[in-house]
Amino acid sequence: MYKIVRKKVLNPVVKLMEVSAPDVANVCQPGQFIMIRVNETGERFPLTVADFDREKGTVTIVFQEVGKSTRLLGTLNEGDYILDFTGPLGRPTHIEKYGTVCVVGGGCGTAIAYPVARAFKEAGNYVITINGARTMDLLIYRKEMQEISDEFYETTDDGSCGVHGFVTTVLGDLIQKGRKIDLVFAVGPAIMMKFVAKTTEPSGIKTIVSLNSIMVDGTGMCGACRVTVGGQMKFACVDGPEFDGHQVDFNELMGRLNAYREQEQVALELWEKEHGGGK
Amino acid sequence: MSDEKKPKRQRKPPTKKVPMPEQDPMERIHNFNEVALGYTVELAVAEAEKCLQCRNPRCVSGCPVEVPIKDFIALIREGDFMGAAAKIKETNSLPAICGRVCPQETQCEAKCIYGIRNEPIAIGRLERFVADYARERGEELPEIAPKNGLRVAIVGSGPAGLTCAGDLAKLGYEVTIFEAFHKPGGVLVYGIPEFRLPKEIVAKEVDYLERLGVEIKCNYVIGKIRTIDQLLNDDDYDAVFIGTGAGHPNFLRIPGMNLVDVYSANEFLTRVNLMKAYKFPEYDTPVRVGRRVAVIGGGNVAMDAARTALRLGAEEVFIVYRRSREEMPARVEEVDHAEEEGIKFQLLTNPVEVLGDEKGNVIGMTCVRMKLGEPDESGRRRPIPIPNSEFVIDCDTVIVAIGNSPNPIVPSTTPGLETTKWGTIVIDEETGMTSREGVFAGGDIVTGAATVISAMGAGKRAARGIHEYLTKKRNKQ
Repeated sequence: MYKIVRKKVLNPVVKLMEVSAPDVANVCQPGQFIMIRVNETGERFPLTVADFDREKGTVTIVFQEVGKSTRLLGTLNEGDYILDFTGPLGRPTHIEKYGTVCVVGGGCGTAIAYPVARAFKEAGNYVITINGARTMDLLIYRKEMQEISDEFYETTDDGSCGVHGFVTTVLGDLIQKGRKIDLVFAVGPAIMMKFVAKTTEPSGIKTIVSLNSIMVDGTGMCGACRVTVGGQMKFACVDGPEFDGHQVDFNELMGRLNAYREQEQVALELWEKEHGGGK
Repeated sequence: MSDEKKPKRQRKPPTKKVPMPEQDPMERIHNFNEVALGYTVELAVAEAEKCLQCRNPRCVSGCPVEVPIKDFIALIREGDFMGAAAKIKETNSLPAICGRVCPQETQCEAKCIYGIRNEPIAIGRLERFVADYARERGEELPEIAPKNGLRVAIVGSGPAGLTCAGDLAKLGYEVTIFEAFHKPGGVLVYGIPEFRLPKEIVAKEVDYLERLGVEIKCNYVIGKIRTIDQLLNDDDYDAVFIGTGAGHPNFLRIPGMNLVDVYSANEFLTRVNLMKAYKFPEYDTPVRVGRRVAVIGGGNVAMDAARTALRLGAEEVFIVYRRSREEMPARVEEVDHAEEEGIKFQLLTNPVEVLGDEKGNVIGMTCVRMKLGEPDESGRRRPIPIPNSEFVIDCDTVIVAIGNSPNPIVPSTTPGLETTKWGTIVIDEETGMTSREGVFAGGDIVTGAATVISAMGAGKRAARGIHEYLTKKRNKQ
C-alpha cells in the first residue's frame, strides 16, 4: 500500500499525486515508469515518473483522466492509498551535454518532459521548450517549464494561448529559421510524437520519443508493448520506453494503443453509471 | 522348475487407473472451474490398494523432489490421509500443485513397476487427493529448526523460489521472497489457468509458507529497485537465490507478429489468470478474443491458451504445430482434455505470415505443410516444409506459444554473473551456486523454459546448496 501524501488538480482532466514509496524514490530516474494498480479489481497500467524526492521518499505522478482506471485513481485523495506501485521500470533518459536541446511536451506529457528538460539544463545544455495542448485550460507546468528554459514556447490548437497551432508549428519554424538544434526530446500523444519525428527527419536532428504503449507487467514478461523500431521488434518496457523517433513505426504503435478501445468504453460507461455519471 | 509343459496360467487382463471424475467437456468449456474433480476417499483407497509396495521401488527415482511415494501410498491404504499428506510434505512443499500439473507419465509413473503390464498406479491423482484432503481439514505445521540467525533472499516467487524458501525456512533461516508482480506464485498464478490449477490452492500453499515464517515482498523488481549486490552488501542477506524464470516471450520471425490481435501466450494468459480478464468488466483488465483463434505451439502453454480462448467464447480454436502429435511436448492429459473440448489440431503445419487489414486486425494466417525428416539434436524428427503447400487458416486472433527466454533484468544488473549465449544463468549442478559466491539460481532461469516440477527440484537442490555453503562458512568463522 502506497500513501498519497499530496494531490493537486492541474486542470479539469489532469491530476498530480505525490506518493510515498521510499524504495522507489531512492533509485528512480527521469524517463523511468511505475506500474500502478489502484485496487483489487484494477488493471495494471504504466505512468512515467514526473518527479521524485529522495529525502521525503516520494514519487510524483501526473496523469490525465481518460479511461476508467485513471478516473478511479483521480478519485483518491490525500491520505488514501494506492494498492500497488511497482518500479522504477524501463531505462532512464540518457542525459548529457549535446549543446541545444529542444524538449517538446504535449498535453499531460509535459509533466514527464519537465524533469527531463530540467536535467538537460543542469547538464549544461541550452534548453528550448515547447509546451502544447488543445486549449489554454489544458496547458500544465507553464511556470515550471518557463523557469528552467532558455527559450519557452506555448501552443494551443485553438489559439487560446501562445501560438495558434501545434507544437510542430513552432518546431518547424525554428528548424526553418536555421536554428541549430542538437537533440529533440518529445513526449505526448503518439500522434504528436509521430509528427515531431516527421518534422525533424529531413534535417536529421536526433529525436528521442517516450512511448506510452499498453503494458501488463512492465518487466518484459508479456510483450504487449512490443513496437517495431528500425525494423526490429522491441519491448517498450525493457528496451525503452525511449526510442529514436525516426525509427519508430508510429502507425503500428497507434493501432496497438487502440486495441481495447471498445472494452475501455464499456468499462468507463459502467463506471460512470455507478458513480452517478459525475466526473 | 520342471520342464513339464503346463497349460498357461490365465493372466489377468491389464488394469487401468481408477478414473478421476471430471467436469463434462460440453459443460466445462463455458466455465473456468477446475476440469478434474479429484478422487473421493473410496476411489483413492481403491487405487492405492493396487500398489505393489515394491521392496525396491523405482517410482521415487523418477521424482525430481524425491517424494516418498511408496510410504505415502501405504498410509493411504491404512486410511491415514493426514499422515500421507505429512509424509509428502517432508520433501515436497507444494503437493496440491504437483498433483495437478506434474507430467507424471514421464516421471514417477513411467518408472512404476506395476505399470510394466498395466497402467501405472495413478501417483499424481493420489498425491492430489491427500494434499486436498489435508488442506481442507487444516494442516499442522511441521517441526521447524530453531532460527539460526542467517538471512536468505529469494528472487521470484514461482515454483523454484517457493520450494527453496520452504526448505530453508524449515532449516531455521530467515527467508524473504521478492516478487515483481503484485501477487506471489509466478507462473502458477499468471500462467496456468484456473481450470487446471485453482488460484485458491496456490494462495493456500503460499499461506503455508508464510506460516513457516517466510516473508513475501510483492511489487519488488530486483535488478531495478535493488540489485543482487545491494541485497548482499547493504541489506545483510547471507545468500541469494535467483528463481526469476523464463519470462520473456519468444515470437516467430515472420511478418505480422505485431498486429493488434497477436498475443504472446504470456500476455493472453496473464490478462486472464492473474488479472482476471475473464471477469471483465467486474475486473478492469480486458482481453480480446475473436471468433476463430489460432494458437501456435504444442506445449502445455499452447493447450492452456487454446482452452482459455474457448472458454472466453471463441467459436473455433486451432492448435498449429509444426511437428506431429507424437512430438508434442504437452502432457498427454492436457492434449486429451483439449481434444475432448473440441480444440482442432493443425499438425505438421508451420505459420509463414500473419495477415492483417489496414487497421492492424488479424484476418488470417498463411501456413505451410511440413513433413518429418531425420531426428535433430533434441532427438525429435526435424520438420521440413513441403514446397508449394501454402494455405491460409481463416482466423482473427493469433496466440504465440512457442516458448520463453530467460528474463534478462537480473543477469544484466549483476556484474560477474556468468550466463550462456541463451541468457540462462550458469550454475554448479550439485550446489546450484552461480559464478558469484553466495548467489544461487535454479528453475527456468537456468534451464530455459521447462516444467513446474523441474523448477521445484532445482529450488530444493539450491536450498541444500545454500545450507551447506552457509554452514561451512559459519564453521570457518
